[in-house]
Amino acid sequence: MKKHPVETLLYYVAVALVMVISLFPFFYTISSSLKRGNELFSTSLWPAHPSFSNYASLFRDQPFGAYLLNSVLVSGGAVLLSLGVSVLAAYALGRVSFRGRGVLMMTILGVSMFPQVAILSGLFELVRALGLYDRLGALVLTDLIFTLPFTIWVLVTFMRELPKELEEAALMDGVGVFTLIFRIFLPLLLPALAATSLLAFIGAWNEFLFALTFTISPEQRTVPVAISMISGGSSFELPWGTIMAASVIVTVPLILLVLLCQRQIVSGLTAGAVKG
Amino acid sequence: MCQIRLDNVQKRFGDNPILSDIQLTVEAGEFCVFIGPSGCGKSTLLRLIAGLEDTSAGNIHIDGVRVNDLAPAKRDVAMVFQSYALYPHMTVYDNMAFGLRHLKLGQAEIDRRVRAAAESLHLAALLERKPGALSGGQRQRVAIGRAIVRQPKVFLFDEPLSNLDASLRVKTRVEIARLHRSLGRASMIYVTHDQTEAMTLADKIVLLKPLAGQDGVPSIAQVGHPLELYHHPRNRFVASFIGSPSMNFIDATLQHAGADGLACSAGGITLPAAADARTLPAGSSVTLGIRPEHIAVGQGPLKGRVIHLEHLGEHSYAYLETPLGATPLIAKLSEQQAAIGDTLPFALPAPHLHVFDAEGDALPRLSRHDVTPAALATH
Repeated sequence: MKKHPVETLLYYVAVALVMVISLFPFFYTISSSLKRGNELFSTSLWPAHPSFSNYASLFRDQPFGAYLLNSVLVSGGAVLLSLGVSVLAAYALGRVSFRGRGVLMMTILGVSMFPQVAILSGLFELVRALGLYDRLGALVLTDLIFTLPFTIWVLVTFMRELPKELEEAALMDGVGVFTLIFRIFLPLLLPALAATSLLAFIGAWNEFLFALTFTISPEQRTVPVAISMISGGSSFELPWGTIMAASVIVTVPLILLVLLCQRQIVSGLTAGAVKG
Repeated sequence: MCQIRLDNVQKRFGDNPILSDIQLTVEAGEFCVFIGPSGCGKSTLLRLIAGLEDTSAGNIHIDGVRVNDLAPAKRDVAMVFQSYALYPHMTVYDNMAFGLRHLKLGQAEIDRRVRAAAESLHLAALLERKPGALSGGQRQRVAIGRAIVRQPKVFLFDEPLSNLDASLRVKTRVEIARLHRSLGRASMIYVTHDQTEAMTLADKIVLLKPLAGQDGVPSIAQVGHPLELYHHPRNRFVASFIGSPSMNFIDATLQHAGADGLACSAGGITLPAAADARTLPAGSSVTLGIRPEHIAVGQGPLKGRVIHLEHLGEHSYAYLETPLGATPLIAKLSEQQAAIGDTLPFALPAPHLHVFDAEGDALPRLSRHDVTPAALATH
C-alpha cells in the first residue's frame, strides 16, 4: 500500500523531533567542550574556532588518566564478578527446583528497590568493617551489590528458556554441573551476558554516590566524582569547558562498548538447538 | 546379554499416579515399542529407564544390575530426544564426540567412532557444520549418531520421528530398523504414538493405558508381538487402540453359548461369533467387535445404507448405517463401487468377530490367528 505523502512527511517530522530532543544535549556538550574562554557565553551552536585546549587542560591540571583507570578497574571488576556469581546463581534459581526459590527471587528483587541513600550508612559500616574504606575494593563491592539483583533476574529469565532436553542430553553424556553451566549453557547465554554486562557496566561506570562516600583520597577517585570536583581559578568560576570535555571523554568508552557488543546482543544463538 | 527388567515399577507425581505395576522384560537385542494414548506415561516410563526420573517404587535392572540409584550416564544407555537436543554451539563432530570425551576415551578412538557413525548415517560431509545449518532429517541423524558412538547396551528413542515430515518419517523409520539389525545385540526401546511405527518396527509392543487418577490398576494393557495385539486383543481398550480406522463395536445380548461358538442378538438380529462364552450366563450384555477390513461387503444377510465415504486411492472406507446399533459401522471397500445413499448387503463373518464381556475383557477366540515368527516368515 502506498502511503500518502503527508503521512510520510509527518513521520519524518516526528523522527526529527525525537532526534533533536534526545541528541541536542550531547551535541551541546561536545560543542561547548571545544569552545575557549568567553566563547562559552555566546549562544552559537558551533564555535568559530574549535580548539582542544579544554581537553589538554583536563589532563594537565589533574591526573584524569588515573581517574579513568580507576573507573575502568571498578566497573570492570564489578561486572566480571557479578557475571561469575550471577551465572551460577541463575542456574540454581532458574533450573534447580528447591523449596523457597520464589521467596528468594522476590527477596533479591526487593533488595534492589531500596534507594541508594537509604542503605548508604549500612554499607558504610560494612565497608569500614571489611577494612575497605578509601580503597577501590569498596566500590567494587558496593557496585557488585547493586548490579547483582539485576543481572541475576535477567539471567534467570534467559536460563529458564534454554530447552530442558539440552540439560538432559548433557546428563546422558555424563557431564558435571560446572561443565553443563560453562561448556553448554554459557555459550548459549552469550547474547544475554553481553546485554546484561553492558547495562551493569554503565551503571557502575556512572555511579556517583558510593564513589563520593567511600573514597576520600584523590588516588582512589573515579571519573564521576572527579568531574564534580573540577574547579576553576576562583570559587566564582565554574570551568564549563573542562567539565564538558571530561563528560565527552567519559561517554566514549560506553559508546565503543555498545558498538562492540551490538552484534552479540541481537544474534539468536540458540538457533538449531531444537526444532524451530 | 543386556536384558532390561522392570519389577513392579510405580511412578507418581505428587498424589497423581502416572504408572503403576509395571512388570516388563525386554530381552537382549529386542526392539520394544511403548505405545499408548497421550497421558499414558509412555515417555515417563522411558525416562525412568534412562534415569532422568526416579521411580516411586519398584526396581529397574539393566543387564542384571539394579540401576535405580545410578546416574543416567552410568547406566550404559543412550537416548535420542524428540527435539534432538543437539548442542547448538558445537559442530556435528563435537556434538557426537562431546559425550565420549567425558568417558575419557583416547582421541584416536573418539575420532574412529565418530567417523564410523558419520559414515553409516551419511553425515560425513556435514561434520564441520553446526546444527543450525542442518535440515530436520540431518539433525535427527546427528542425534542418532550421538547415541551410536557411545556403543550403549540400550538405545532409548523418545518419539524420534514426530518432528519430521511424512516422507522423511518413512525413510528414517526404515533407517532405524536397519540400524537395529546392524547393531544386533543392543536392545532398543522406542516411544511413539504412531501405530504404523509401532507395528512396523516392534518385536514387542507394550501398550499402556492412562490411569486417569485411579490407583491399583496396572498401566500395561497388553504386551506382545504386534500381530498378537492386533488379532488377539486382551480387552476392548487394546482392540480399539490398535488398528486404524479403529475396530467397530456393537452392543449385543448373549443368547446361548456352546463349545463351537456363541449367538447373540443386536438390534433384533441374531449374530453368530466364534468365541467361547460358556463362562457367561445367557442374557449377559456383551460387545461385539469387528475390524473394518473384516466386514464382508457385497453379499450377506445384513443391509446397510452408506452415509459417508472416504476414498484413499487403493481402497475406500464406507460408513454404514445399520439396524445393529446407533453408531455407523466403518467397512473397508476394496473393489466395490458405492455412492452415498446406496444400500449395500454385508455380512459379519463369525470367525472375525471379537467378543468382549461387560467389563471389556475379551472372550477366548476359537479361531487362532497364528502370530509366531515362524508363521510370519512364510507370509
